[in-house]
Amino acid sequence: MEYVEITKEAEKKGQFAEQMRAFWKVFSIRKIAAFGLAIVCFVILIAILAPLLAPFDPVEDVDYGNRIANPSATHLFGTDEFGRDIFSRVLMGAQVSIAISVSAVTISAVIGIVIGLISGYYGRWVDNVLMRIVDGLMSFPPILFAIALMAALGNNMGNIIVALAVVYAPLFARLVRGTVLSVKNKEYVEAIQVMGGSHIRILFKHILPNCLSPLLIQMTTYFAYAILAEASLSFIGLGVPQPEPSWGNILYDGRQYMLEAPWITVFPGVAIAVTVLGLNLLGDGLRDYLDPRMK
Amino acid sequence: MANYVIKRLFSMIPVLLVVSIVVFLLVHLVPGDPAAVMLGAEATPQQLAELQEQLGLNKPLAEQFFNWLGHMLSGDLGHSLVSDKEVLTLLWERLPATMALIMYALLISVVIAIPLGIISAVRHNTRWDYGAMLIALIGVSVPNFWAGLLLIMTFSLHLGWFPSTGYVDVTQNLWKHLEHLALPAFALGFLQAGIVTRMTRSSMLEVLKQDYIRTIRAKGGTEKVVILKHALKNSMIPIITIIGINFGLLLGGTVVVETIFSIPGIGQLLVQSVFNRDYPVIQGVILCVAVIYVLISLVVDLLYAYFDPKIDYNEG
Repeated sequence: MEYVEITKEAEKKGQFAEQMRAFWKVFSIRKIAAFGLAIVCFVILIAILAPLLAPFDPVEDVDYGNRIANPSATHLFGTDEFGRDIFSRVLMGAQVSIAISVSAVTISAVIGIVIGLISGYYGRWVDNVLMRIVDGLMSFPPILFAIALMAALGNNMGNIIVALAVVYAPLFARLVRGTVLSVKNKEYVEAIQVMGGSHIRILFKHILPNCLSPLLIQMTTYFAYAILAEASLSFIGLGVPQPEPSWGNILYDGRQYMLEAPWITVFPGVAIAVTVLGLNLLGDGLRDYLDPRMK
Repeated sequence: MANYVIKRLFSMIPVLLVVSIVVFLLVHLVPGDPAAVMLGAEATPQQLAELQEQLGLNKPLAEQFFNWLGHMLSGDLGHSLVSDKEVLTLLWERLPATMALIMYALLISVVIAIPLGIISAVRHNTRWDYGAMLIALIGVSVPNFWAGLLLIMTFSLHLGWFPSTGYVDVTQNLWKHLEHLALPAFALGFLQAGIVTRMTRSSMLEVLKQDYIRTIRAKGGTEKVVILKHALKNSMIPIITIIGINFGLLLGGTVVVETIFSIPGIGQLLVQSVFNRDYPVIQGVILCVAVIYVLISLVVDLLYAYFDPKIDYNEG
């Protein structure tokens, strides 16, 4: 496999420009991964520009005379039971869904990194205690745990982020701990310890960089999971409260009108599936680039 | 092996302790007075005091926890605040539907995924491989509740082949039972199928590269023997692991799928309890699911023994 050599070559040179070149080379060979990257960039761009791109206000522009209207030139994806433009709601939903997922995954990764580094590096009872907590938290299926947390915290956007961050943090902690364990006994780490390098410096400057590749791959995967989780929560009415649009709660609205207005159900679902597909393809590509041995 | 089983059982204790602490604390995460939240705005001070007494909320936190844990260990999961039924009774009533749904979803996913993964690995980098991987990718990308909605739209509302909602118990009518669970099981199993296909493919590819496979081929072993008897059996460890890990995903998926298809399982019970602020039931469901999940991990670990006799259970 050609990209394995390209990546190894870049690793040897270790320069940023070289690595970027290797990244593009791998992605130009794995066209499907490049396609994934393009989808993800496109969705993020849409999410950022949503207020400018949306032809109607997704919440305020209610038009009872135009309820559940077919897709047309004015309403590309049709309208819902309040006559609101589905296209605008899907665009703004992208912003909400992406913002929640990015925040949740970033927060959980940061918490996971800190716990994983401490647990793996200090070992002994610290590791034992932290990992039993992590094991306990990982015994809850993610969506169910998120639902239970939402039930306790109440549903608003901030709480969805908190709930998903709590759910995913243990998974990151496990991953980081594993990498720390494989690195901490290496000679160069011992050498720095002997030379009197502080724990903090060793952890963040010498051990953490080794965790970044698997972490980035994992983050892409969990970003996809978080989008699905947010949509699931909103779909059962425990996520983003109405009338704010999110892909999940638009689908919830569409449920009652599946026969007469299938577009309310189809378009947000396509948006979720395409975004998650893009993230999965990107994740596979990143895995080839960052960790060619896993292939 | 017996030592390993005992050691593995003991290792579950701290995990279950953490699980119980988290479940216990759920009620205390509720902002303000949990009793007031559960009863709503119209509650009288007397009702509030009664509920606080019933849930033991007026005692110190540690005492509350140990009392609660004691009840849990003796099988008393408390009473529902809405139906006044015991939580354990509610769980027993709801578990069969959820378990049936999960089993069918698992069956569908394995029946689709293992052959697809094998074809994909054996015909590596051909159209067959690309086709199978495309199906798997769609599987992991389509949210199961959306798949459920599309299945209802197509097969219930338009074609009328399957009922769109409801559930019939297997003891009442087997055919109707299967008819009602077919679409939800497909919606749930499709995602799992995608994950298992990808794992089967990569695991098979890894094994097919090994020297002993070349040796069997050199000795004149037919492709059928090589693939089914040797490669597949040796690929089973990661496949079983991924099925085990994703059991949690299925348990989570049932919540939304049961809601869409109105199946009276524990997922639907959880959602209803959340809306009713019925915290004892929420705690019961979450605890029950986590315990099932921990037991499944145990079973997965023990299944390794069959598929990989090389693992030494007396070590570590």
